[in-house]
Amino acid sequence: MMTTAVITPEEIIKKGKIVFEKTKLMNDCTLSYCPGCGHGVAHRLVMEVVDEMGIEQDTIGVAPVGCSVLAYEFMNIDMQQAAHGRAPAVATGIKRVFPEKYVFTYQGDGDLAAIGTAETIHACNRGENIVIIFVNNGIYGMTGGQMAPTTLPGMKSSTSPYGRVVETMGYPLKITEMVATLPGVAYATRQAVHTAKLVTKTKKAIIKAFQNQKDKKGTSIIEIVSNCNSGWKMTPVESNKWLDENMLAYFPLGDIKK
Amino acid sequence: MEEVKLMKGNEAMAEAAIRSGVDAYFGYPITPQSEVIEYLMHEEPFKRTGMVVLQAESELAAINMVYGAAACGKKAMTSSSSPGISLKLEGISYMAGAELPCLIANVMRGGPGLGTIQPGQSDYFQAVKGGGHGDYNLIVLAPSTVQEMADFVNLGFDLAFKYRNPVMILSDGAIGQMMEKVTLPKQKERLSNEEIIKRYGSWATTGKPESRERNIITSLNLKSELQEIHNQHLQNKFKTAEKNEVRYEQIQCEDADYILVAYGTSARISQKVVQLGREKGLKLGLLRPITLWPFPKKIISELADHTKGFLSVEMSAGQMIEDVLLAVEGKAPVAHFGRMGGMIPSPSEVLDAVEKEINKILK
Amino acid sequence: MTEEIIIAGFGGQGVLSLGKILAYSGIMQDQEVSWMPSYGPEMRGGTANVTVILSDDRINSPVLNEFDTAIILNQQSMDKFESMVKPGGLLLYDPNGISHHPKRKDIKIATIEGAKEASELNNKKTFNMVIMGAFLKIHPIVLMENVHKGLEKSLPPRHHHMIPLNEKAIKVGMEEVKVIHDYK
Ligand SMILES: Cc1ncc(C[n+]2csc(CCOP(=O)(O)OP(=O)(O)O)c2C)c(N)n1
Ligand code: SF4
Ligand SMILES: [Mg+2]
Repeated sequence: MMTTAVITPEEIIKKGKIVFEKTKLMNDCTLSYCPGCGHGVAHRLVMEVVDEMGIEQDTIGVAPVGCSVLAYEFMNIDMQQAAHGRAPAVATGIKRVFPEKYVFTYQGDGDLAAIGTAETIHACNRGENIVIIFVNNGIYGMTGGQMAPTTLPGMKSSTSPYGRVVETMGYPLKITEMVATLPGVAYATRQAVHTAKLVTKTKKAIIKAFQNQKDKKGTSIIEIVSNCNSGWKMTPVESNKWLDENMLAYFPLGDIKK
Repeated sequence: MEEVKLMKGNEAMAEAAIRSGVDAYFGYPITPQSEVIEYLMHEEPFKRTGMVVLQAESELAAINMVYGAAACGKKAMTSSSSPGISLKLEGISYMAGAELPCLIANVMRGGPGLGTIQPGQSDYFQAVKGGGHGDYNLIVLAPSTVQEMADFVNLGFDLAFKYRNPVMILSDGAIGQMMEKVTLPKQKERLSNEEIIKRYGSWATTGKPESRERNIITSLNLKSELQEIHNQHLQNKFKTAEKNEVRYEQIQCEDADYILVAYGTSARISQKVVQLGREKGLKLGLLRPITLWPFPKKIISELADHTKGFLSVEMSAGQMIEDVLLAVEGKAPVAHFGRMGGMIPSPSEVLDAVEKEINKILK
Repeated sequence: MTEEIIIAGFGGQGVLSLGKILAYSGIMQDQEVSWMPSYGPEMRGGTANVTVILSDDRINSPVLNEFDTAIILNQQSMDKFESMVKPGGLLLYDPNGISHHPKRKDIKIATIEGAKEASELNNKKTFNMVIMGAFLKIHPIVLMENVHKGLEKSLPPRHHHMIPLNEKAIKVGMEEVKVIHDYK
């Protein structure tokens, strides 16, 4: 039998009933993200998990180069900022000297799957006991919408102004599937955060990843297929629809390795 | 036909690359130079001239693609901004060692590290002292106008092939992003493979015919004796370049009591300072190095004989000043004025600094 | 003749393209020009400004801290650039959204209701051309025929059908600009 929890409007506005609180570990500052961007939700989920697991004093995060370069401003835990693509190597350094700490990287698709491919693959191949949060928005958001390794065939960007031509520019890289084949990888999954239901699922995946780290299982990588409304030149609503119809067709959601 | 256009420095360089008959461009996006690859992808020179344009997965990959293409005797280039150039240095050192001609543009931003995306000139040491490992130099051209961003592509390749050495265009975010009037060169044809074999077949890996020994492109020499001889050969080449390739511009230096030395955006600002100073009765001049390596030592030394002092104006903590000091040889006081971290000095603050230095000298 | 201009407002107001059209118009009358934008993330919905110089001689610094004319389109830019107008220079602004009006006595100050006029033209994108008209009325540094050529050069051909509307907006700007203070 299906049960749906029905909350009446009266209950919501009833004094003292808290429906949602600002995530404790997110700082009180304005996010630098464009309104409608998925990065903010992804940040919040990681911080919620760290908070709920009570591991904030033992967690060290690594921010990439990309729109989330300022993640260290937003997350109220110890953070390092790595050179473009090098976050998994930096995280390796941290984890090797602090094996009892929780270490995660937060990276975009350009960072993780172009300039940092080698670092990504080798950290995974060593089975570094870290969590990799990989936000795939199919574009270089930060630098103004250039083609990323994950840009879809025919998709326009400022360096593929007539659409991505796979013959000369290659195919969108399914790097999560690639690293899932490596024995060092304990968990590889693809999630999204553009609907409430998917947000809940993504959070579960992040919990599982940090739990894996606790249990010393090896690398966990969570790809979050996200939007870049600015880079895609769409409104936030259009971009979520486009994501649903196009990105998810190429990058299907679900666990790739459990 | 020559064409006058209003273009950004980055775009002018890209268009000049197409028109100079460049065979290949390999790059990776980074602000403030992403317009180079964006322009090329938009123009599709692969359809116009057959020029290859490829977005690499990193600057490391891009410079190694340049290595491969250059070793085939092709005109290959890349561009980036400061953090990306740091990644390219390994490849640049290998290319200097293997004597490969190529063009690298650095549209500098403020550092160190990720720094800022605003204009900087703090990669001077990196550019003029070689940058990577080993004893080598790059020929370094410093454009100060959009026109020069275009002109130095052709000049850069001429020098690169003349010396079989990498050449760097050392520009900055202001010149890359600024639009000015530019007269574009006429379209040059790309060299045919036959022509390349004729010109560079003595060293380039174009495929071994019966008629010659195989060509090997390498920077490795396990025998130290031979590696030293190779180094001596490189040093002789650099000496010849130092003798023949110095370029600079003098602006109102003839009667100047006090001379500013500046390149790129700083030179543009300093030109204004000379004008403002002269309006106030200060006889100022500007020496603008166009080649930062080889550095215009001789002219600075000559000017030092009858100038009261020099001010090195740079968007850095003071890097070029070391070369000015070496050239002046203690004959006159040399001071530095700079802003850092992506800040551009204003003409009036430079003028204040000039007046302060002149007062010091008068005292 | 040299005219050193700063145009400053929000990203999306057409600040950069106004500068570009002015620069192109200058080229059409054989002048030297430079167009130096602010760039970077600050432009994402934030402030945008561009320094445009038109001159009969070689242009030295593209970066300035004093201007013959400041065209100001939001409060932040007013706060930043009012003091940078040369004595005897011009400050032209759209009073819409301005709470602290300029106080300088040693410059000429003019206003143009750019946003209002553009919406009356039923095309918000003509905003920057209304502003340009207002400026050219006071400082006719480029001839209208060169502005026309400048528009042709700077707009992609698919937007050329918009040129008459843009020229109409320029005329409106010329008619509606008001000098509210003169230093003489
Ligand atoms: C060595 C180096 N090269 C290039 C850059 C410029 N750069 C900054 S962010 C970025 C791409 C980021 O894209 P992605 O990782 O997909 O992140 P997003 O902004 O889309 O979240 C690039 C190329 C840099 N900072 N350093
Ligand atoms: S540019 Fe794209 S990825 Fe970056 S904050 Fe904006 S929407 Fe998000
Ligand atoms: Mg991305």
